[in-house]
Amino acid sequence: MSAPIQLRPDETFLLNVGPQHPATHGVLRVKMQMDGEYIVKAETVLGYVHRMHEKMGENRTYAQYLPNLSRLDYLGALGYTHGHVLAVERAAGIEVPERAEYIRAITVELNRVASHLFWFGAFVMDLGGFSPLMYAIQDREHILDMLEAVTGARLTYCYYRFGGLYNDVDDDFIEAAKRFIPRMRKSLKKYDALVSGNVIFRNRLEGIAPVSAEMCRKYGATGPVARGSGINFDVRKNEPYSVYPEFEFDVPVYHECDSLARYKVRMDEMEQSLRIIEQGLEKLPDGPIMAEKKPKTIKLPVGDYYQAVETARGSFGIRIVSDGDKNAYRLKLRSPTYSNMHLFDEACEGMLIMDALAFMGSLDLVIPEIDR
Amino acid sequence: MGGYFSDIFYGSKSLLIGMGITFREFFKPTVTVQYPYQTIKMSARFRGHIELIADEEGKPKCVACGMCQRACPSGCISLDSVSVDIEVDGKVKKKKVLSKYDLDFTKCSLCGQCVENCNFGAIDFSKEYNLASTRKEDFHFNLLKRLEERNA
Ligand code: SF4
Ligand code: SF4
Repeated sequence: MSAPIQLRPDETFLLNVGPQHPATHGVLRVKMQMDGEYIVKAETVLGYVHRMHEKMGENRTYAQYLPNLSRLDYLGALGYTHGHVLAVERAAGIEVPERAEYIRAITVELNRVASHLFWFGAFVMDLGGFSPLMYAIQDREHILDMLEAVTGARLTYCYYRFGGLYNDVDDDFIEAAKRFIPRMRKSLKKYDALVSGNVIFRNRLEGIAPVSAEMCRKYGATGPVARGSGINFDVRKNEPYSVYPEFEFDVPVYHECDSLARYKVRMDEMEQSLRIIEQGLEKLPDGPIMAEKKPKTIKLPVGDYYQAVETARGSFGIRIVSDGDKNAYRLKLRSPTYSNMHLFDEACEGMLIMDALAFMGSLDLVIPEIDR
Repeated sequence: MGGYFSDIFYGSKSLLIGMGITFREFFKPTVTVQYPYQTIKMSARFRGHIELIADEEGKPKCVACGMCQRACPSGCISLDSVSVDIEVDGKVKKKKVLSKYDLDFTKCSLCGQCVENCNFGAIDFSKEYNLASTRKEDFHFNLLKRLEERNA
């Protein structure tokens, strides 16, 4: 859908990208003031899929709010649920068995790979290559099958519970995950040869859309966007939670600040996630998957709680203000892409529109998570 | 000038490598399932909409305690019960019997809270996923009727 183009006296015109447009991921609308093919000014317009998730958190009990968290980011849902259960567990003082935490870490990392795979496919498709999307989806399908077998759903998992998990993983899952790791490593090599080296791909990304570290800080960008601009920040390392301190993994950081750097960060992150999964499967302890001492209805003590986790898109924070009731007095979600996206307006000034769309792809936006 | 030609050389080489990969993929076995002509079996834990479970006599196991209704975040379960007199060891007792169990599937988020909160194992997920209709009413399930139909 495009709005009527108005010719301005100074020869610039308004271009409406979205809310329904194949190049924007989801229902994001960008109002662009154009001078020929160059963007003079861009303005992102949000709110098309706003569903009041924060308000729902105040009206539902903590347990009833669990399914909502998977509906924020439908590509990496487990990371968001992880943040919520961690926040409530810490506030309510629930001890989580070790096995449950390991399984959480393994499934979150699998989900991260799935999310990055889908981003990879969609990103290359934005730039005009279709086959990589199909290859990526095929690999992602393996992960979804594995996760479906343990959680019961393919996207909206709702797998974690306060104090543990919905149900335990079986040997089939462990076998499948072990088989998946070498296959995925082979695929990563294939993607590297197919896409990373491709001359058209490189020329469209190298040196394009520089986002300085300064700008990342100004807008609060996190995740691969910030790490592509040389900021070494990963919640898993900087504010460790769950069992992440037990794992050995690196945080890929690139200093080029361009779209290619953001691409490389995510590609390297998949390998690091595979390393975590590998170690997790090896160390996976036996034991219960649910805390023994757990109140029947969860009521948090009066207070203000915050928990940040590293999701596939960056630092996701959940803040719960409790007045001692069954549901939160105030629940605030800090979603990573919301901050990451706001770079776009400033960074794409003076850019060619094709570069801006490639830049948007490199930010990895998931609109339901921005609008929530 | 040398840079120009080496760019062309390495650029074409990268394209040929890419084409080689897509060419090899071309001969790999097809993994696509030709839905709707082929369907796949859902995994054992797949969460579809809920169904009532019958006991040995074909009656619903449900005792109409309403735990599922209270646990549901979306308020899609509505149930009712009637009190009937039954004879146990010569004495007449009152017993709650389920008279209505409706699921509004249009609102269900398939979260599984209802099944988890049922202490009597009276509901479970169906493996049905081929659900499509143009009418909203088709997704207001009368689970008691469905149970009877399954029994018949
Ligand atoms: S699955 Fe969740 S939303 Fe659906 S009926 Fe059960 S409790 Fe309600
Ligand atoms: S919780 Fe179980 S027994 Fe109670 S009303 Fe629901 S289905 Fe019936």
